[in-house]
Amino acid sequence: MTTPLLQVRGLSVIARTGQRDITLVDRLSFDLGEGEILGLVGESGSGKTLACRGLMRLLPAPNLRVEGQSVRLAGHDLLQLDEAGMRRLRGRELGMIFQNPSSHLDPLMRIGEQIAEGIRLHQGASRREARAEAIEVLRQVGIPDPQSRVDNYPHEFSGGMRQRAMIAVALGCNPRVLIADEPTTALDVTVQAQILRLLLELRDRRGLSMILISHDLGVVAQTCDSIAVMYAGRLCEHGAKHEMLARPRHPYSAGLLACHPAAQPEAVRMTTIAGQPPLLDDLPAGCRFESRCPQAMPLCRQQLPELLEASPGHRLACHTPLLAGGLS
Amino acid sequence: MSLARYRFVLIRPLQLLPVLLGISIITFVLVRSIPGDPARVLLGARSTPDAIQKIRAQFGLDEPIWVQYLYFLKNLLNGDLGKSLLYKVDALPLIASRIEPTLMLVLGSVALALLIAVPLAILAARSKGGWADNLIRLFTTAGLGLPAFWLGLMLILLFSVHWGLFPVSGYGRTWADKLHHLVLPCLTIALALSAVLVRNLRASILLEMQADHVTAARARGLGEGAILRRHVLPNSMVPTINLLAVNIGWLISGTVVIESLFSLPGVGQLLVRGIFTRDYMVVQGVAMVLACATVAVNFLADVATTVLDPRVKIQ
Amino acid sequence: MSATFALRVRLAWNLGNGRLTLYCGLAIVLGWCLLALCAPWVAPFDPLLQNGDLRLAEPSLAHPFGTDNFGRDVLSRVIWGARVDLQMALIGVIFPFLLGTCIGAVSGYVGVWLDNACMRLIDIVLAFPFLVLMLAIMAILGPGLGSFYIAMALVGWVSYARLIRSQILVLKQSDFALAARSLGFSHRRTLFGHLLPNALFGSVVFCMSDAVLVLLNGAAVSYLGLGVQPPTPEWGTMVAEGQSFITSAWWICTFPGLAVVTLAMGFSLLADGVAERLGDRS
Repeated sequence: MTTPLLQVRGLSVIARTGQRDITLVDRLSFDLGEGEILGLVGESGSGKTLACRGLMRLLPAPNLRVEGQSVRLAGHDLLQLDEAGMRRLRGRELGMIFQNPSSHLDPLMRIGEQIAEGIRLHQGASRREARAEAIEVLRQVGIPDPQSRVDNYPHEFSGGMRQRAMIAVALGCNPRVLIADEPTTALDVTVQAQILRLLLELRDRRGLSMILISHDLGVVAQTCDSIAVMYAGRLCEHGAKHEMLARPRHPYSAGLLACHPAAQPEAVRMTTIAGQPPLLDDLPAGCRFESRCPQAMPLCRQQLPELLEASPGHRLACHTPLLAGGLS
Repeated sequence: MSLARYRFVLIRPLQLLPVLLGISIITFVLVRSIPGDPARVLLGARSTPDAIQKIRAQFGLDEPIWVQYLYFLKNLLNGDLGKSLLYKVDALPLIASRIEPTLMLVLGSVALALLIAVPLAILAARSKGGWADNLIRLFTTAGLGLPAFWLGLMLILLFSVHWGLFPVSGYGRTWADKLHHLVLPCLTIALALSAVLVRNLRASILLEMQADHVTAARARGLGEGAILRRHVLPNSMVPTINLLAVNIGWLISGTVVIESLFSLPGVGQLLVRGIFTRDYMVVQGVAMVLACATVAVNFLADVATTVLDPRVKIQ
Repeated sequence: MSATFALRVRLAWNLGNGRLTLYCGLAIVLGWCLLALCAPWVAPFDPLLQNGDLRLAEPSLAHPFGTDNFGRDVLSRVIWGARVDLQMALIGVIFPFLLGTCIGAVSGYVGVWLDNACMRLIDIVLAFPFLVLMLAIMAILGPGLGSFYIAMALVGWVSYARLIRSQILVLKQSDFALAARSLGFSHRRTLFGHLLPNALFGSVVFCMSDAVLVLLNGAAVSYLGLGVQPPTPEWGTMVAEGQSFITSAWWICTFPGLAVVTLAMGFSLLADGVAERLGDRS
């Protein structure tokens, strides 16, 4: 592979509470190639959303901050940019769509205007051009009758249509990387499949790269080229999709896979991973998964495993990786 | 606007009928509570025995009380609410001729109040917890406790007596002259009103700044200024317009005092003069007209909200 | 102004210094109460004493607030005025409170047609601008403090009735209301002995911000010449008397006005503080 489109090195998100710092996302590193879809998986609270908000430098609270080595995108280091420079990149290079389309669209502004806003800002288009472009984008995301829908308000759209509209708002800025934060969680299953298909289509047509955040392995398996698993703020395994699904090597990835309903069609009781993730303000010295890991050994308790290349294109942070697929 | 919206605007006034009827009942009760013979009161100065007899028939004063109310209603619909004792003309046309200055005063105050409140609320919200925010908070606390008549006098002292910028009292003849006379009265009410508005608007701006759609706008690369102008302010204005409508009664009460202070020949001044001259029909007429105006303004605010906020459900 | 709304907005304005606000407000209100109580000893002059030699005298050491057109000491009149204005705020709050509480409680407890009728009546009274309806009533009763109290009660009860009614409606469904009924208590005892004490809390808090409104209304009515009659010292009346001399003697109307502002702010801060403290607690 040539130089990746997006290169993240050691990205951390840190919260300042009172006198001390809590690291919520711990030294995240990964590459995203042109047209690649990376699935970022983990249970809620594992820091996947926060990591992506950190990438955009759009953190949800004032006491949070981003640190790290570098985040390279389109010749810029996002960590070195000032707010104005970052604003120029947001939307145009890095687009974002969210879990809840209803609240992430301005209720008082027509859909077309919200799309046109980004087009005019980033492409310097006139009002008329932007409107034509907005209709075109709406058509691309599969909204029927875009000529008249462009003048609708968000509340006049159904849930699935709203998600399409939000994708259209992000696409209007013509970004190279699209961050999709649980884009299908709030939708019902049939609509979910439609939206995922749309995202794949957009990748094929526009060569868009994507980071798809999800807690649902099914969603990730359907769409992604590679999968990264996060646990308690750290990346624990990252590799090609087929490799990850067929032969997960981190006990947590394997456990996550085993928990998925599709993996246990006959099960009377669903398999779960026993225990709770550690609290981020009271982390153990060793591996964060140690207390729940069936493979744990004394070393795991003492030393935090680093994320290392286990085989070409497959990185792993574990002292006791599984050799063959699945839990024994 | 869709057909449903037009229908809403047409049907909604019908729902106001019970309240308007209620207003007429209260006015009737007030008129009947006036001490003395109602016929004499209604007639005012020209109470010849003949005329009294005529009024007794017209208002059905010898009939039972509810029949009297129906007579009262019928006369009201004909625009007849008795005569002004002082001006020797029908009360309702007299009131109508005084509406213009009051209307100008209300509109000017609201416009000026928004002009003051919006920038202050933005400033307060952006410097939340800072010295500007606390200073503005002090202004709003003081503003809520300022008696309008005293504030007006202090403004006269400063702008008219000290700097000679605006006239002390009265109302002009030409439009330019009228506006010149209206500046201080409007400013007086606007200062008090903006104190109420700033508190509310600041809270809703802060709330909107945290809204998801604002985060989405930031993720699109919009600058803070554009976000404020295009997304935060429009969304915060909807509750502000409702607040204005809720406060219209208070605003009209304010104009009564301010018109007396600045000798503006409006409805409020008519009301206060009417009380002193025992011009009962004018007093009750003004009360009724102002109540109807309050109801109408609240209705208009409803319409404005449906136009501004496409989400409002239309039954 | 819709005072309920103002109260809610104040609750939203959370600066976290409820205690400071509360104590500031309390200090101001208690300060004025003390001045009013001790007026005969604190005031340097008789508020009604006319001094023909000292008309429209500028503020000086002997007369810190100056003298008015009858040569009366403005400071003494402001101090004596506190008696009237505090009394106005107090009684002007209590009458609407009592009337509104009774109507609201019975209306909410009985329900059905009575409740409907009360709600319609409230809607209609609220349609009238507050001061305008008060003035219309006072026009019939004639000027004076007594008419002010009656008009205040006839117009001001609606806010309290609405507050109490909504509380009673909730409490009526609660377990202890059922318990009281099943113990065989009469309706009257259930309502006034058990439900009402639990419903009063919100309106007692509301009283404090209502006091600002009543004070301002009372001063305005007196300013218009319909409330307290001269020569009794009252702040609104004093401002009205001083208005004619605004160009030559600014002090006559400035100081009584400042008195209204400080007392109103005191009540305001008190209400803010109480609301904030309660907001913290819940």
